[in-house]
Amino acid sequence: MSMALNGPGLWYATRATGLVTLLLLTAGMLLGIITAGRFASENWPRFLTVGLHRNITLLVLVFLTLHVGTTVVDTYTSIPATAAVIPFASSYKAPWLGLGAVAVDLLIAVLVTSLLRGRLGLRAWRRLHWLAYACWPVALIHGLGTGTDRRTLWVFAATLGCVAVVAAAATWRLATASRAGTR
Amino acid sequence: MTVIAPPSSPPRSAVLPRLLAGLGHQEVLGLTEHERRYGLLWLRGPSGRRRPERLIDIVEASGLTGRGGAGFPTGSKMRSVAGRGEAVVVANGAEGEPASAKDRLLLTRLPHLVLDGITLAADAVAATEAYLCVHRREHDLVDSLTAAVAERRTAGLDPVPIQITGSPGRYVSSEQSSIVQYLNGGPAKPTFSPPRPHESGVQGRPTLVNNVETLAHVALIARHGDRWFRGAGLSSAPGSMLVTVGGAVRWPGVYEIELGTGAGEVIMLAGGPAEDLQALLIGGYFGAWLPAPVAWPVPMTQASMRGVGGALGAGIVIALPGSSCGLAETARVIRYLAGQGAGQCGPCLMGLPALAGAVADLAFQGGRGRTVNAVATLIPLIEGRGACRHPDGVTQLARSAMRTFIGDARWHDHRGPCDGVRRAPLLPVPGDEEGDWDWV
Amino acid sequence: MSHQLRVNPIACSGHGVCAELLPEIIELDPWGYPILRSATVPPALVTHAQRAAATCPTLALILQKAQRRRS
Repeated sequence: MSMALNGPGLWYATRATGLVTLLLLTAGMLLGIITAGRFASENWPRFLTVGLHRNITLLVLVFLTLHVGTTVVDTYTSIPATAAVIPFASSYKAPWLGLGAVAVDLLIAVLVTSLLRGRLGLRAWRRLHWLAYACWPVALIHGLGTGTDRRTLWVFAATLGCVAVVAAAATWRLATASRAGTR
Repeated sequence: MTVIAPPSSPPRSAVLPRLLAGLGHQEVLGLTEHERRYGLLWLRGPSGRRRPERLIDIVEASGLTGRGGAGFPTGSKMRSVAGRGEAVVVANGAEGEPASAKDRLLLTRLPHLVLDGITLAADAVAATEAYLCVHRREHDLVDSLTAAVAERRTAGLDPVPIQITGSPGRYVSSEQSSIVQYLNGGPAKPTFSPPRPHESGVQGRPTLVNNVETLAHVALIARHGDRWFRGAGLSSAPGSMLVTVGGAVRWPGVYEIELGTGAGEVIMLAGGPAEDLQALLIGGYFGAWLPAPVAWPVPMTQASMRGVGGALGAGIVIALPGSSCGLAETARVIRYLAGQGAGQCGPCLMGLPALAGAVADLAFQGGRGRTVNAVATLIPLIEGRGACRHPDGVTQLARSAMRTFIGDARWHDHRGPCDGVRRAPLLPVPGDEEGDWDWV
Repeated sequence: MSHQLRVNPIACSGHGVCAELLPEIIELDPWGYPILRSATVPPALVTHAQRAAATCPTLALILQKAQRRRS
């Protein structure tokens, strides 16, 4: 392999893939909220929301794997592979790195239960899917905590943007749900 | 097991009464009187050698069908539960139908006939648990039945203990799958099949659910045999049944008839019309209206009633006098039924109130030339689109009303309500007393 | 080999995604719930029906291969 295993290339890759993961995860959250809120218009059918929600969340997995992979392979920091799923298995930048593992665990739980939704039954699936609301903020805080870019303006702005977008969507959802009554 | 002895008196030679044979006026039969008049309970037949499953053969041969409204062959039902392991027997005495009183009569005045039936059924399907469900607000009934069960236990009569359970009073809660779900600790709402109760019901075990009147018939069939049962009624519809007669008749109440008796004869049994009649409602609130001259000669059997677009249901016959408005009565009933659903399925939850509104418009406001159409458009949008029979029962009632009262409907549509709407309501519509309609 | 389509009316909460993906067979009633014009899915539409069933947010749309009638 001609890749510099301890060069800045991997470090940039980790940070970049981390940011993309967060953006995609935010988009996935947004689309999930819109699905539940049943938004639709003439140019935006419901199946688009549902389909995008699924595909984007699966794409999160791809970038997450790259993000974790580049981190583990990087010999500059000795973070073992197990730290990806076992929180606080590494003491590097604890507790922020550990939160990343928590987010990974939650995401795996959400993804696996969604793929096996048919076997699980609707009520159990719905309860477990709420873990997504735990996963996203944990991932965000992990990013802010470990991220060496948080002082970079555009990265910080992007992170704030993610928060704003999800907060707005969640508010809209609560407003429409209380108007329509629970179903 | 139970004492084996021949009956103390032979079955009466007259065909009727049968279920009500031992019952005097206003009487309540205790255990001793019950045994004296109907004979002792035989779990093993006269010679003591009958196998438990043999009862199923006898019930099948008798042609007994369910008396709860669906009319499913009881023997087949028992057979589908037997042989599947430890089963559960559920006797449905909840009688969610407001216009029906027969189950109440059996449970208050002839409880031991029903309890005999439960024990026989439990023995035949190898059940280890048995439940008798009654409306939970009927405190007196729960008490009297509990006492009856205790009396039998002292006499060593019921190998499988019978548990008296109180279930919610909503119309939809007395449906078979609702009761099973309720006994499983859930809400008394229908479930989307499968699995069917005979495969997996209470606690996941094969469950036999029968109306209490059906089980009372089983108690007599076990004593006197299938040929005896077939000695009444028609060969295609054997036996006797209880009917609740109400409305504009001289003596409203519960009567026992042979299957195949004409609807008009049933009215005459109840003392005949109190006024000139325009229509009969047969089968209860999930039954159908028929014009009086059309209904009069129709035999009381499932097949004949279906043949004229009606339903036998749980044997309810209500006589509507000419001075009442059939549309107004139907509107009130549909408004009640619209609130009695489980609220689980969109077309029923949204459609029934819309239908209730449309029929009420037609009955009480009319005069716009559009209301008949409004009702006709809604019915196909609701029919068959729920998880249980609730919406279908309502649409059947609505259809039959639009057919039977079509003349009135057109009159209402163009001229507004007739005088009949002001007459005191005939069809009973209960209110929600003390959270009676709660799900759990 | 034909396929059968049906709706679990209790699970269905009227999202209406199915009617967008299989308009040939599914239309929505005035309250947003699906009406199946036919229970049988012609072979040409099976893939669309599968997609519609998979996309239903509450898994209320059920597609099954036609079976012999059980007694």
